Amino acid sequence: MAFEDYEPVIGLEVHCELKTATKLFCGCPTTFGNEANTQVCPVCLGLPGTLPVMNGKAVEFAVKIGHSLNCNIADYSKMDRKNYYYPDLPKAYQVSQYDKPLNYGGYLDIVTKEGTKRIGVTRAHLEEDAGKLVHAGGKSGRLDSSDYSLADYNRGGIPLVEIVSEPDIRSSEEAHAYLTALKSILLYIDVSDCNMEEGSLRCDANVSIRKKGTEKFGTRTEIKNMNSFKFVKQAIEYEIKRQAAVLDKGERVIQESRLWDVTENKTKSMRSKEEAHDYRYFPEPDLVPIILDKAYVQKLKVELPELPGAKRARFEKDHGLTAYDAGVLTSEQELGQWFEVGAKLTKNPKGFANWMMGDMAAQMKEQEKELQDLKFDQKKLAELVDLVDAETINSKQAKEVFLALFNEGVSPAEVVKSKGMAQVSDPKAIEAAVDKVLADNPNVVADYKSGKQGVIGFLVGKVMQASQGKANPKMVNEIIKKKLDV
Amino acid sequence: MELYQKTIHEIAADLKAKKVSSVELTKATMAHLKAVEPKVQSFITVTEEVALAQAAEADKRLASGSNITPLTGVPLGIKDLLCTKGVQTTCASKMLEGFKPPYNATVVERLNAAGAIMVGKTNMDEFAMGSSTESSYYMKTKNPWNLSCVPGGSSGGSASCVSADQAFASLGSDTGGSIRQPAALCGIVGLKPTYGRVSRYGLIAFASSLDQIGPMTKDVEDCALMMNVIAGHDEKDSTSANVAVPDYTTEMKKSIKGLKIGIPKEFFPEGMNPEVTEATKKAIDQLKSLGAEVHEISLPHSPYSLAAYYVLAPSEASSNLARYDGVRYGLRVPGENIVEMYSKTRAAGFGPEVKRRIMLGTYALSSGYYDAYYLKALKVRRLIKQDYDKAFEKVDIIVTPTVPNPAFKFGEKTDNPLTMYLEDVFTISINIAGVPGLSLPCGLSKTGLPIGLQMIGKPFDEATLLKAAYAYEQSTDWHKRKPSLKEN
Repeated sequence: MAFEDYEPVIGLEVHCELKTATKLFCGCPTTFGNEANTQVCPVCLGLPGTLPVMNGKAVEFAVKIGHSLNCNIADYSKMDRKNYYYPDLPKAYQVSQYDKPLNYGGYLDIVTKEGTKRIGVTRAHLEEDAGKLVHAGGKSGRLDSSDYSLADYNRGGIPLVEIVSEPDIRSSEEAHAYLTALKSILLYIDVSDCNMEEGSLRCDANVSIRKKGTEKFGTRTEIKNMNSFKFVKQAIEYEIKRQAAVLDKGERVIQESRLWDVTENKTKSMRSKEEAHDYRYFPEPDLVPIILDKAYVQKLKVELPELPGAKRARFEKDHGLTAYDAGVLTSEQELGQWFEVGAKLTKNPKGFANWMMGDMAAQMKEQEKELQDLKFDQKKLAELVDLVDAETINSKQAKEVFLALFNEGVSPAEVVKSKGMAQVSDPKAIEAAVDKVLADNPNVVADYKSGKQGVIGFLVGKVMQASQGKANPKMVNEIIKKKLDV
Repeated sequence: MELYQKTIHEIAADLKAKKVSSVELTKATMAHLKAVEPKVQSFITVTEEVALAQAAEADKRLASGSNITPLTGVPLGIKDLLCTKGVQTTCASKMLEGFKPPYNATVVERLNAAGAIMVGKTNMDEFAMGSSTESSYYMKTKNPWNLSCVPGGSSGGSASCVSADQAFASLGSDTGGSIRQPAALCGIVGLKPTYGRVSRYGLIAFASSLDQIGPMTKDVEDCALMMNVIAGHDEKDSTSANVAVPDYTTEMKKSIKGLKIGIPKEFFPEGMNPEVTEATKKAIDQLKSLGAEVHEISLPHSPYSLAAYYVLAPSEASSNLARYDGVRYGLRVPGENIVEMYSKTRAAGFGPEVKRRIMLGTYALSSGYYDAYYLKALKVRRLIKQDYDKAFEKVDIIVTPTVPNPAFKFGEKTDNPLTMYLEDVFTISINIAGVPGLSLPCGLSKTGLPIGLQMIGKPFDEATLLKAAYAYEQSTDWHKRKPSLKEN
């Protein structure tokens, strides 16, 4: 069967570390990157006799996530124990949520080439993170070849929210769009750093394929260890092709966990379901149920900032941006805020947006600068936009002015003044320059008149050169045409 | 009378009046403790150095005349599942041999703050699983009333040390009867408070939803004194209740005239030891003569308590004890890989009763069985709780025997775990319902073994229990009898 005849069915499980100051059940700090086992106490080490105490801030953050993903917020929710043995899990159970998650039945709208699509969010529940193992000795630093492992419990007990999507995703592009939209929301509501490299955002993908037009799901595999959005996309693409090849051979897909191998660019089998755990969930007897006051839940909803989706729609409507531009400018909250301040300072918000996404983004990327590092404010960029719109300077000059603005923070009007680069829009001056160029280049003029209209560019260039770039190129063009076409 | 034979309220008066210093008292108690320890074997760890240092501090406090509590300078025993900073805490298991917690249990902190002295960590059934203290990895504690009998359990060492005057009182823990049953078998007073009344922080968990710490004392007044110190909300334990704590010694002395006592017919089954029935009935008559009203009541679901308990408690235990995996502390038996290390460590570290319960609980929580066992047991739990709620609409306290029989001989019930489980048949439903229960001496068998009377109260109404117990105790002299420390 041709590859195109299969339809992928994808669901994502995203783990997001909450940026609370302290851990979920104790007062240890949650800072990343400190020396191993320096952010631990008897509680998060699970020492005999210790008991957990719920971090109220973590519940608050989790509810905010629920609201921003359009979930129902449970008025009665509880913690459960998920029992399994692993050295990074000091109690040999993870305190998580099983049958009564805090948030359930939500959705997230994503934008793809085909338009807007709604992806269901099954649940977003609260749980504690595990510690980290460092596989030491051996060749590769990988588990299978290491001599021994060291355990670091700094991460153990940091609050996580696990966000589980419905199997509504149909391509790696949609998966990417879902993750991008989700990350953007989490950053907007300021509950997580969402740093995939530091592991504060992690994603597993459940992937299966089925014959197009059929309803029944195929056997799925779960892909782990994808620590960037790019890898998620690559891994899903690889896995779809792999499963298609398996089915085409007349074999069956095995339900299993697979690991994305970055060096080989393929997914590899971790363990089959036969060896999988029975987690023996049961209610955590050391904690009381989470019963939320309706007014409190409502208050958290009201306090949410404007979310990316709403802001995108508003930017399109209020500032005349395209869906794409509005999407880019709302992908990060700060970017959107920066734009909105600027949009009010110019009559041409679209032009302002173009500068932000064009030269400004390019320079920021090249010079590794963030918005807060900029040497200029929106007012100065708006000044530049207006200078171009007023045709005081041409687009080429504008680029030069922008560089001065970006590198030194000088006001565009001042640059124009000090460098004497105000665009020459005096028709008489331009006419004189044009006349001279036409007189100097009779062959080219002849070419033009014989029908090679393309040579006009050469003539414009000459006039611009003669005016040291100051001439208004539009006017130059018009005047040359007027003179030659008579 | 020797100093160490006194009660807390008696010796507290002596200490306050400076008739004796805490160091003198601690030394005298320690000398007696060591003298009888070879016979009784109450302690896994004797903490003489800690005790003497604490006694010196207590003497400063007593000399200053301020901040003195009835426990200041008084030697106590601590069950070896309560975490004591820097002092070995084993749960009577090989698994935790040499484990020194880096922190104190909240109750230990509170005793320390009151100026109490710790003489040692008491023996118990391994991880509090048992009713005879025979499952301890370390030693067999003897019943001071007859050294060939068990002291009961799991708080066997906490009971025997008080009974044998090795300490003035002790802390025990009670999951299904582990304070009340050994208190009954050793002829002392033991109180399991309401679930949530005393902080569990630092109590090494057996079954989290049932465990509760409580005092084991020579008389009711001492029990009230201990409760005054250990009861109350603790923010480190989310299940500890924020309910006001009365002054138990004041409440205790009030009259019991008109107190309504319920006698549940289910607690007097046919074929029960006639001496226990007799002693219980006499005690009820005594309470009546003190002005209490007696009503027959029914707790219809109590026959299902044992079955529900042996699903709920092992389920929680299977999870609570999973952390003993050889990775971070305690015993480690090396293996070729991590799974082998886990298996070898746990095979070597746990005794047979602990393994039995871990397996029971693991099975009950397994996928496919959860609904049939765990969920069903939770439903039974609700029914049992409702039984008590209903009963307490009519009566103030419920009175029953604590244990069907007096103390039994070593080895008598170890071959058949079910006979051992039946030791808790009268105490277990109290834990399931979360209500408070107290046991106090109400007689001696023909062979000279103590018999216990159980009083069950409304949630957070330990005061009424102590009041009834005090009234009864003051009209009898069972609490004044001392054990023989001989083999019979």
